[in-house]
Order: sequence, then C-alpha cells, then structure tokens
Amino acid sequence: MTANEPLGPYRVIAAADPAGPVPAAGQFFMLSAGERWGGGEGGRPFLPRAFSMLRREGDELRFMLEDVGPGTNRLATLEPGDGLLVVGPLGAGFTPGDTRRALLVGGGVGVPPLCCLQDELLAHRVETTALVGFRSATHAAAATLLRDPRVATDDGSIGHHGLVTELLERELDGAGGSERTVFACGPPAMLEAVRRLCVERALPAQLALESGMACGFGACFGCVVSLRAGGYVRLCVDGPVLDAHVLAEVPAH
Amino acid sequence: MPDFCGLELAHPIVNGSGTFDAIAARRAFGDELDAAFPFSAFVSKTITLAPREGNPPPRLWEAAGGLLNSIGLPNKGLEGYLAEDLPELARLPVPLITNVMGSTVEEVAALVEALGEREEVAAIELNVSCPNVRTGLDLGADAAELGRVLRAVRPLTATPLIVKLTPNTADVASVAAAAEEAGADAVSLINTLRGMAMQPGRAGRPWLGARTGGLSGPAVRHVALAQVAAVASRVAVPVVGMGGVTSGRDALELLHAGATLVAVGTESFRDPAAGRRISGELSELAANRPFVSEV
Repeated sequence: MTANEPLGPYRVIAAADPAGPVPAAGQFFMLSAGERWGGGEGGRPFLPRAFSMLRREGDELRFMLEDVGPGTNRLATLEPGDGLLVVGPLGAGFTPGDTRRALLVGGGVGVPPLCCLQDELLAHRVETTALVGFRSATHAAAATLLRDPRVATDDGSIGHHGLVTELLERELDGAGGSERTVFACGPPAMLEAVRRLCVERALPAQLALESGMACGFGACFGCVVSLRAGGYVRLCVDGPVLDAHVLAEVPAH
Repeated sequence: MPDFCGLELAHPIVNGSGTFDAIAARRAFGDELDAAFPFSAFVSKTITLAPREGNPPPRLWEAAGGLLNSIGLPNKGLEGYLAEDLPELARLPVPLITNVMGSTVEEVAALVEALGEREEVAAIELNVSCPNVRTGLDLGADAAELGRVLRAVRPLTATPLIVKLTPNTADVASVAAAAEEAGADAVSLINTLRGMAMQPGRAGRPWLGARTGGLSGPAVRHVALAQVAAVASRVAVPVVGMGGVTSGRDALELLHAGATLVAVGTESFRDPAAGRRISGELSELAANRPFVSEV
C-alpha cells in the first residue's frame, strides 16, 4: 500500500503495481491485507474483498472503500508500507464502443468505476453527464472524483433531495435522452431502478454489479446472477459489468 | 517425488475439487499460469451425467475462519465436459484427475466408463457426498451402499479410482475401509462439513439459497487432521488429505497424519497461487527439519 487518504467518510487507498496489466474501466481486483487477514474478531475477514478500480495513476492502482465490516475495516486501517495482496485485473469491464453520449449513474461506493470510465470517454471526446447519489453532503465528497457531477442526496443536504434515479428519469425524458448509453454502478436497489428505466425505454445500459465473492477468478461459482433467458452467469468472469437487458433483475444481495 | 496410484507427481500439493477452475484461471491470468501451475495434479470440479445449473443464490457465507458454500455442483454434464473442457484441461502441464458424481449405480457407471476410456484422464475421483436415490442417505455415509456401488463400477475401468469421502458420517474410517475392500485405489478427505448460516435480522431464515451448505477453510482443519489420521491408520491405499490448509506447516501436519498428497482448497480463493507457495514452504520445511518422530 502506498497511500490511504480520507475522502469524506470514505478512504481512497493506493497500491503499487508496477508490473501489472493495465485494467479496463469496470474491471475489479480482489484485495486482502498481507498480514492479519483471517485472524480478526470472530475469525473474519477471511475471504478477499472485490473492489472496482477507481483509477490507475502511473504505477499505482487506486480504490475507494467505506469501512462497513471486518474486511473493509482491515483495509481502511492499513498504512502506507503495509502489504496488500492484489489479484487482478479481473472480469469484464465497460465496453463503451462507439458511444457518442454517455450518462453515468452512480451511487455511494459505486462511483469509482465510473471515474476511470469518464476519463476514458472524455479522452475520446465523448459527451458525458454524471449523476451521482449519496446519503448526505458528507458522503457527496466522493462526487469530486468525477468531472461536473450532478448530485442527489437522501437527506437533501446538498443537490437534489431524493434519489439519483429521479435525476436519471428527468434526464431520459428530456431532449436527446433517448440517444444516450447509460453506464451505472451503485447499490442493488439503485441499479434495479436504472435497469427498469432503461429496459422500459429500450435504452442501451451497462450495469456494474456487486456480489460477495470467494475467489474472483471463476473458480467458486459463488457470485452468480440470473439471466432473463434463464440460467446463471458468474459475475466475476462474465461481469461485473452486464448488459441491463440480459439480466432477470438486479439481485437484492 | 510422491508416487500416487502410479502417477509420478512433482510435489505433494494438489487442489481440492471445485476450488480451482484451470480454464477460467487461464483466461484471467494468462498462459503463464501453466508455466508455474500451482498444483502437481489438477482435480476437476464435479462432473455429472446431465448438466446442472447449481443452487439458487446466495451461495456463499463468510464464516469464522472459513467459508460456507452451497454452490450445487453446476457443470456442463459429461458430454459438455468431454467436448469442451477435456481438450483444454489436457493441455495442462500436470496429470488430470476428473471428479464425478452420480446418484445411482447406473449414473456412476456411465461416468466411470466414459472417462475411463480417455487417456487424458489420469485418475477418476468419485464424489460420494450425494444423496443416494435408493436410500435417501448420502452414498458416502453408508459403508455397505458405497461398497455395492464401487464393486459395480470397479471392473469398468483400469484407471485409478479415488473415493472422496464425506465427513458427514458417524465412522469415516469404516467407510474408507469399505471403499478399499471394494477396489478403490485411493481415498481423499475431507469434503466440506454440512453447515447453516442465518440471515442477519431475519429470525430463523437461512441465508443460503439451498438452506444448508458445506463449511471449509481453517475452521475445519482440525476435523480434517482427526479424520485423515483415523482413515490412514485403517487403510493401506494412499490418502489425499485436505481441509483448511493455508501453509506448508499445515500440509506437513496432514502428511504426518498419514496423507500421501495434500489438497489445497479454500486458500486458493484468497490467493490463486497458494498451491505454489505451500509446496515451496513444504519443501523448505522438509529440507530444514528432516522427519523426526515426536512420539
């Protein structure tokens, strides 16, 4: 680990990865601490934790996390110089193709993969609109990771008082809404609302999903999600970014 | 160099069935994986006669020092395995052990016969942690039933047969002895221990889609040591020991308990190269501390 800095209630951590492959936006890594991983209170954390990359800057990989459980707590309290086991890049990221106008929709800790995606889109002169939702103004500090974000908060302490999907709906119903491609990452309820809005409007949409994972590289078959056509796919190898139209629904956990 | 059922293996560390997908790993980590393959033999995940989708999610629960899973053996079925996976697995730099499961004698026989004909398959491991259609009990929980199935399939192939024993039985050593008597060339243990996790905040509701699952990881290591020691003292065939191994020291303890090979499972989820690290640690331990009886 090379850096661990606060960003509102979140932490942005950095790992040195000079020899690693260049990840695509939306790809993820499995992270665990080099020391004292598995020996915490109640024997947890035990499994590594999956994080989408925030950005790659020089030889460093950056991730954003929120200290909500034994795994994120251990990672949040590591110090520069501590060992970090980083496995990746893994999975299939966003595929913007020849998208001309992109709508990025993020919520909470789901914002990071949209940041490197926006960098890439802007470098290709794609018009991007970023809509992000947070619990409060404090959490909305993470909106600064994006360029020109429009913010919604649950408590109305900054930006639109309400859900980010309300901003999305307004945007889609406005002029040119139907020419957009939606790229989204956030909590399950948000992603499910985005999926429904896009399916109703037959709008192309790519959703970056989350699931508890044991391995992250296709071995354990623990992270499956149901397809509309029946059957399951593994989020870690067929996702984490999936076409909204192939999903049966975004699972609640 | 351990000799296991006539296979000369480079070191004693293999993978537990279903804990490493060599094809998916090759896709994720590239062909370099083959050059430094973490195991001295590769054990496939369980193949059944018909394809299976697996259990409804959620399938995972992080337990204290371990993992509870209810994956439900998703696989392409025998035909899909032979057509799609076998050619890819045959390219691995190590011998291939194919794990199979059937719920009737006929199903097990069809799997053993089809795989026994393939020279790419160095050995067949029978997963007997499956409810027996005839008795409703897990096939591997009942020494007499297991003996009956093995006696029926043993003559169908000359390929070595390994029986993967279930720990969810009263007397695993008796089941192992029945397997040996019916012609098993080796036994492997332990499979996962049946367990359950509850939904946080939802009284009495199980978390896993299949209600119960199997516990693995360091939480089960001492159960594994006891069962491997009990089985190894009862049978003459080689024993593949596994359960919660995360280091060369853990592997050495299983070898000292009587195992010929040691399988690494859940630890590969945390670190896909764990097998290589553990075999390295093991050879270092062996070099520095020649075996001394501690009795």
